[in-house]
Amino acid sequence: MMKAGEDLSFWKESFVKFYQAFILNDRWLQYLKGMGTTLMVTAMALLIGVILGILVAVIRTAHDQQRPGTGNPIGRFLLWFFNGICKIYVTVIRGTPMMVQMLIMGMVIFKTSRDFTSVGALTLGINSGAYVAEIIRGGLMSLDPGQAEAGRSLGLNYIDTMRLIVIPQAFKAILPSLGNEFIILLKDTSLITIIGGKELLDAAQGVYTRTYEQMYPLIGIALMYLALVMIFSWLQGILERRLRQSDRR
Amino acid sequence: MIDVKNLSKSFGKHLVLDDISEHIYPGEKVVIIGPSGSGKSTFLRCLNQMEIPSSGTITFDGVDITDPKINIDLVRRKMGMVFQHFNLFNNMTIRKNITLAPIRTKLMTKEEANDTATQLLRRVGLEEKADAYPSQLSGGQKQRIAIIRALAMNPKLMLFDEPTSALDPEMVGEVLEVMKELADDGMTMAVVTHEMGFAREVGNRVLFMDEGKIVEQAPPEELFGSPKHPRLQEFLSKVL
Repeated sequence: MMKAGEDLSFWKESFVKFYQAFILNDRWLQYLKGMGTTLMVTAMALLIGVILGILVAVIRTAHDQQRPGTGNPIGRFLLWFFNGICKIYVTVIRGTPMMVQMLIMGMVIFKTSRDFTSVGALTLGINSGAYVAEIIRGGLMSLDPGQAEAGRSLGLNYIDTMRLIVIPQAFKAILPSLGNEFIILLKDTSLITIIGGKELLDAAQGVYTRTYEQMYPLIGIALMYLALVMIFSWLQGILERRLRQSDRR
Repeated sequence: MIDVKNLSKSFGKHLVLDDISEHIYPGEKVVIIGPSGSGKSTFLRCLNQMEIPSSGTITFDGVDITDPKINIDLVRRKMGMVFQHFNLFNNMTIRKNITLAPIRTKLMTKEEANDTATQLLRRVGLEEKADAYPSQLSGGQKQRIAIIRALAMNPKLMLFDEPTSALDPEMVGEVLEVMKELADDGMTMAVVTHEMGFAREVGNRVLFMDEGKIVEQAPPEELFGSPKHPRLQEFLSKVL
């Protein structure tokens, strides 16, 4: 299709590069597969992150809010112990770069694993969990303590009060921050490329190492990330509007 | 009904309640007055263990509720509490606010709780608000709902923590009216308030607190008519 040394007009050249980057040899399939992996890794990491985040936030809050002198000594010790572990977890994860964590997980801890994508998702999930935990904890702490007091004064236990009164309200308050964390996670999936994960960025790299033309693949995937983020922001907006029902005057 | 012995409470080094002993009899309406910072709210909140006393015992219905081993949730089901800032559950409709605790604690079935809620709402004239959210209500309406939410649990004792202090002046009356009706029905009540008119009209006994102590107590006519303690005289001269 192209002869060596031939001069092409700007539009022709653009078309050829675009064709090379996305259409030749069905390369668009690679991007599509990469995007699929990106979404899957995001979903896995989100799941791990939210579960870890809730666990850590609940332990930290329960520890900070327990009534002095109540409960059995073993329970109190366990809570103290796990609270300590949670604190260390949050400190270490927030205190070291994502990229370094990724390399440590891929090249040290799971050195022998070939399933780079899963290792990547696990790393992202563990990383995200620390941030989600702090977001949730902030939400739980920011709610008027009177809400929990009213629940307890009616004879509801701690778990019911948290589950039915505090958490639903806190969730509404933290939804924008959680959405933000989700978007960061979606974009951070590109980091798994460094340990060999095959996601969207890897697809682009695969193409430009063959064509020696970086602009179209890279701008192309940037637009794909952007499109994904915009779709999720839109969905988040819908969810927020629904949850705001009880605020309407 | 509720017996307080040598109750003390300190926050850090600050002593808020200083060795209080007191008894509230069934059907009695005890009104607690005093300057801010005198410990009256803390005293009330100790009665249902919202605040954990530093020392002393509180016995309710023959059970020492300061014992960490007892299930405090069971005790609180028999004691209603009304807060200064209403504390209605903002994520629930009014009906849900009222029925949540009776259903969750298995005191009532869903149908029974709904019937109770309807009856109580009718009693305070707010039936049409059953499906509204708290943010759609005025302060006075919120507080009336908060009172019947507590009543839905059929408590033996009602605690009121400055129930009218956060209200616009024109809404104070409607809330006091509900409280008066409740008093006439024979409910045992402990009320922290700045409404001296209410104290005089409804109270069987008025406690004046200052600096963590009950300085003087008497039936309202006597306490307002011939206050003995100089601190009470000074307080009354300022508020009346």
